[in-house]
Amino acid sequence: MPDPANLSWPKETKYISKSTHRVDAAQKLTGKARYSSDIQAEGWLYGMILRSKWPAAKITNINLEKALQIPGIKAAILIKGNERTVRYYGDEIAAVAGTTKIACLDALKAIEVTAEPLPYVVHEDEAKKPDAPKVWDDAPNLSKPKVTEKGEVDKAFSECATVVEGFYTTQVQLHHPMETHGNTVSWTDEGLTAYASTQGITSVKDGFAGSLQLEQSKVRVITEYMGGGFGAKFGSGVEGKAAAELSKAAKAPVRLMLTRFDQGLAVGNRPSSFQKIKLGASADGTLLAYQLDAYGTAGIGGGGSSEGGGGGANFPAPYIYQIPNTRVSQATVAINAGSARAFRAPGNPPASFGMESIMDDLAVKMGMDPLELRVKNDPNPVRQKEYEVGGKRVGWKEKYKKPGSSPGVIKTGIGCASGSWGGGGSKKTQGEAQINPDGSVEIRMGVQDLGTGTRTVLAVVAAEVFGLKPEQITVKVGDTNYPPGPGSGGSTTCASISPTALDTCTNALNELQKQTGVADARGENWFAACKKLGVTPLVVQGKFQDGLSSRGAGGVQFAEVEVDTETGRVTVKKMTCIHDCGLIMNTLTLESQIYGGTIMGMGYALYEERVMDKLSGALLNPNFETYKLTGLSDMPEFDIVLINMPERGVIGIGEPSVIPSASAIANAVANALGVRINSLPITPAKVLAALGKIPAPVS
Amino acid sequence: MNESEPAKIGPFSRRTFLKSLGTTAVATAAVQAQTMAAELEKVNAEKTIGPGTVPVTLKVNGEMLKLQLEPRVTLLDALRNYSSLTGSKEGCDRGTCGACTVMINDVPVYSCMKLAIEAQGQAITTVEGLAKNGKLTKVQQAFLNRDALMCGYCTPGFVMSVTALLRKNPHPTADDVRHACSGNLCRCGTYPRIMEAAFEASGVAKVAINKTEVIPYA
Repeated sequence: MPDPANLSWPKETKYISKSTHRVDAAQKLTGKARYSSDIQAEGWLYGMILRSKWPAAKITNINLEKALQIPGIKAAILIKGNERTVRYYGDEIAAVAGTTKIACLDALKAIEVTAEPLPYVVHEDEAKKPDAPKVWDDAPNLSKPKVTEKGEVDKAFSECATVVEGFYTTQVQLHHPMETHGNTVSWTDEGLTAYASTQGITSVKDGFAGSLQLEQSKVRVITEYMGGGFGAKFGSGVEGKAAAELSKAAKAPVRLMLTRFDQGLAVGNRPSSFQKIKLGASADGTLLAYQLDAYGTAGIGGGGSSEGGGGGANFPAPYIYQIPNTRVSQATVAINAGSARAFRAPGNPPASFGMESIMDDLAVKMGMDPLELRVKNDPNPVRQKEYEVGGKRVGWKEKYKKPGSSPGVIKTGIGCASGSWGGGGSKKTQGEAQINPDGSVEIRMGVQDLGTGTRTVLAVVAAEVFGLKPEQITVKVGDTNYPPGPGSGGSTTCASISPTALDTCTNALNELQKQTGVADARGENWFAACKKLGVTPLVVQGKFQDGLSSRGAGGVQFAEVEVDTETGRVTVKKMTCIHDCGLIMNTLTLESQIYGGTIMGMGYALYEERVMDKLSGALLNPNFETYKLTGLSDMPEFDIVLINMPERGVIGIGEPSVIPSASAIANAVANALGVRINSLPITPAKVLAALGKIPAPVS
Repeated sequence: MNESEPAKIGPFSRRTFLKSLGTTAVATAAVQAQTMAAELEKVNAEKTIGPGTVPVTLKVNGEMLKLQLEPRVTLLDALRNYSSLTGSKEGCDRGTCGACTVMINDVPVYSCMKLAIEAQGQAITTVEGLAKNGKLTKVQQAFLNRDALMCGYCTPGFVMSVTALLRKNPHPTADDVRHACSGNLCRCGTYPRIMEAAFEASGVAKVAINKTEVIPYA
């Protein structure tokens, strides 16, 4: 019998580290899964938001009267008051609730807003200029840089055999989960219930209670299913608060989901980066000195007057490699655009792009194999294994050729890059198991399943402990009435819930055996033992235990590409992804995470970019016909290798797989062409410009 | 994505409209053009639908759905918000993401790009109409087996697109699957698994070019 005081993961397993099908797949495949946008509470109303069409303006009056006269409209509210300053195209102004969507669309058109337009700036380089329009009245657009220095940088550069300098830029990327942000909210005298599309039900509960000054005991948040978040869906949000106020005003539940257009404006993005880097090495390729001067934008920033919008565009530097002498300077510049939010591995993809690009540029200048340069300077022993395994699998030695030496119009290239992420479990996680006399089992935890397979992992752990099958476990998540679980961000969910489930289920098994006198209630004895409970179910709690999870996972990816030098089009032919992830909980859903991260990284490499219009201050591509996501036809061949390390316990894998993909693809493109595209996304126009065939595209 | 030619718009079809015009034209052949124009206007006024609500009957998953809708209501809006069929998802509401895909007479259609009144008199199948008596279809089962879904929000659309493909073309090539799914987007990144699932459902034994492997550290 497992000892509750000294828990450990079982060595021989039936389900852990094996492949279990998603326990909620059938619900999702038949349309039965209820997402927050599917909730049809009795008498529910549709809700919509009116947004600023000005990038900056002083609003002097908002008249809701005509909107309220539209048939079917039951409530209209101001979002941040009647007289105020809006600071970006898409800033929330008012909201309406009505019996139909079309009534709401009519009502938004009927709202009269009087405003005096103000000067604005939507481009980083222009916002940096001293005479640029100020995003915040009493704070400069450009923040003072955060500077850190280690060793003797100038001296070290003077001693390097080779020094390279480069300028690398990354774009603003939008999250675009397939289900937009939003909630169905019912606020009555009894309290508030919100069906939220969220990554953190606890954070939403806290947000509603705080922003509406409600007792937390009066707020319940439910997330049965949600359609993706990628870092942007925490807290109750402006749209949540608006839905609540509309619900109270109309005395009816309100479903307010953002439109796809809204989604591009106001609910987060990955900040841009502009990185001037200098890197030097000794003759044998040992890195000696690094210097970074960077800035980027997080839009208007945190929403209060502060220099640079309060920061947010910084990233880890130098990334991954061991360098004794470093000087890092990073600043954030505010522009009139929607704020950044956490986005899958915040800071890391831009950090990786700058560092891995200049690593290859250094290797090329030195005439050294870029993979060897990485092996020489990466201090992480697990990644050393990944370079070795990956290098062999892709046939690096045979395939890596001198840059630009590929013959013909369509050139081939290969590239490599790595990533690292912290993660770790939340010690505050709690869980509950209910064992019913008929032998059925419920596991309850206030966590939410983003589509990563959270329910399935809980079922796997419970099945393993009880000697049952995962499909025999009913997993209940996504409700703040259950014991508190973690927010799902930073690759911490699996590392939080797995140890908690092991503790909970072990406690429950011990208690069942104690109460029933059955020495081993597992497996074939289960139903007989449960029957001895009589009529009263057994409910047992558990909590996070140390020693069952850890933090720090990474990966190395290799990209093979074809570049058409006549059209500029890049085709990714193969991605080889070598990732470590501690103790694997469920291999099937873990593989899906690696696919998903890498595919999102391909979009960052080649297709995705928020484009702001300098002439109007508007977002030019708020829809999928102009903001391009990776599609099924873009799929390369994949070779995914997972390094199972049970001795490390459970580690999350959501972020690491998205980090190196774009850098590896960019290095492969540079290898194919013999010229570096220093800017993401690598569009055909940038490729052709780099080849001197067309003028450089205007940014 | 193929969209079937709208056979009938509300109580009209192109043919009945022309017919009424024809009769009117014959009847007024001898009188002044002005009278003819007035007559035409009158006929058209009678046939104009909206802007108020009109009765709309949709045949969805074999059952008749009787609704009272403004003519500008889309099929997606009608399914999701005027009835309880929320399986079809709204991802963009402008024909770019495919989460709303349904089948009309076995042809995949973006339900956000079709008015509900246009879809009358046709057999509409939504994701709720596929599994019979709780048994998943081959396509749904293959999606489950291959883990061809993550958050699941785009999944109904992909299931419909792949189902429609296999009904028309039971043994598709990889390019056929790519083409059939070119109107569907997934942000979680399930595409390689969807390709595998499409092949599994079509009965092709060995599918993917992709490899996955677990190795020990030591």
